[in-house]
Amino acid sequence: MSKVVVVTSGKGGVGKTTSSASLGAALAQAGQNVVVVDFDVGLRNLDLVMGAERRVVFDLVNVVQGDAKLAQALIRDKRIDTLSLLPASQTRDKDALTEEGVGRIIEELREKFDWIICDSPAGIEKGAMLAMRFADLAVVITNPEVSSVRDSDRIIGMLDAKTLRSENGEKFEKHLLLTRYNTARAARGEMLKVDDVLEILAIPLLGIVPESADILNASNLGCPITLHDPASPAARAYTEAARRLLGEKIDIVEPTEARGFFNRLLGRKAAVA
Amino acid sequence: MALIVSPETPLETWLAALDEQMRRSAEFFANRPLVVNLAATLEAEENPQTVLEALEARNLSVVGVEGIDPSLLADTRWAHLQRLSLGRKMTHDGRTDRLIIIPDDPQTPSEAPESRPATASLLIDRPVRSGQSIIFEDGDITIVGSVASGAEVVAGGSIHIYGALRGRAIAGLKTGAVARIFCQKLQAELVSVDGFYCVPEDWDDKLQGHPAQICLDQGALKVLALD
Repeated sequence: MSKVVVVTSGKGGVGKTTSSASLGAALAQAGQNVVVVDFDVGLRNLDLVMGAERRVVFDLVNVVQGDAKLAQALIRDKRIDTLSLLPASQTRDKDALTEEGVGRIIEELREKFDWIICDSPAGIEKGAMLAMRFADLAVVITNPEVSSVRDSDRIIGMLDAKTLRSENGEKFEKHLLLTRYNTARAARGEMLKVDDVLEILAIPLLGIVPESADILNASNLGCPITLHDPASPAARAYTEAARRLLGEKIDIVEPTEARGFFNRLLGRKAAVA
Repeated sequence: MALIVSPETPLETWLAALDEQMRRSAEFFANRPLVVNLAATLEAEENPQTVLEALEARNLSVVGVEGIDPSLLADTRWAHLQRLSLGRKMTHDGRTDRLIIIPDDPQTPSEAPESRPATASLLIDRPVRSGQSIIFEDGDITIVGSVASGAEVVAGGSIHIYGALRGRAIAGLKTGAVARIFCQKLQAELVSVDGFYCVPEDWDDKLQGHPAQICLDQGALKVLALD
């Protein structure tokens, strides 16, 4: 039974593309057949983060408009063969997508893959609407700060109204993935605490990904963090989140500032999840 | 826009159908200029004047003819139509003409009013998300959950929120000054009863985050702690 997951947020720059790539890679590493689809037509980034930017020949818009077959547009990842990418177009914009065309592609993808991860663009316009329309569940990416939380709330409202599942009266599963969590700043009250965010958004928590310099390094190298540095706190958080998506029950531990013995000696801080 | 009509023989049948249409669509035909295509009439060797007279008798204003040589009407009292046809660009090349279905006159609205529900009260048992707007003018609204920042709740009566109010609450559209707003956690952006409104600047900081009720007291909006 394939699952279509939309990774969305409302707000831009909170970690949708990073999370799509990392969750996708983590699920593929767990043995699932995964495709990540970039819905950000005109401002594509997923191909960069996946390291496939030099292999893009055909894209989502080409397939929607019938200029290419789905198999021609899919790019298989060189590192894990159960992971594929369907890139977006960079030269067109979201008006090139049609609901009917996207629906067709999703149906075709359902036959080949266990997990179809739709990387939504920011905003609440057509691109974001199309990314969520055919989804079975959503992962809402939120930073623990006020504007991101409010925008996420808006997108949650739209998930309950504008998806095909909601229109048919079925319950639509939504999960919260808190990203760029900075423990020190949360402790100082500069960022919202996890409980505050959960109280406002009222959806189940999928995971907490700590702020990490490794993420930027990984995206510069074109390798999702779970493949590039699986031991890093961020990668571990994504791997656990993927396992929770697969149904495992793992307790969520709020990242704390733990000072190991040597770090205390050397006076350095480390955020450990 | 002129209406082009093409009378067909037998004329009586066509005129009867026209009468029926005029009965149904009186508004459409009122002051509607007519252009008459007399080609079929001529072919059937009917006198075009008969047709024109019949239309005139129905108070229809004929402004032009087509389908025939206008000079045929030269010696009749319809000669002015010939001139009209020539003066105005009455020729049509079929491209700008449209075949239309003449609309029936609009129905007068039914008299019986819709019966109002016995108890006018709206219950919402999930959080109201940012950007959502709940409008219920017939009575009270009860929300089991929070109202998010950027959401609004508008009620004809009172508003009862079993959760935090972080958005806007506007009460009393129908019941007026007796309406009240209740919430378990006041963090509202705007509250209003019967048109009187205030924003967080206007109430005591100590009330923020606590259970509160908002009511009108002699024309002044009061935000009070709910113990």
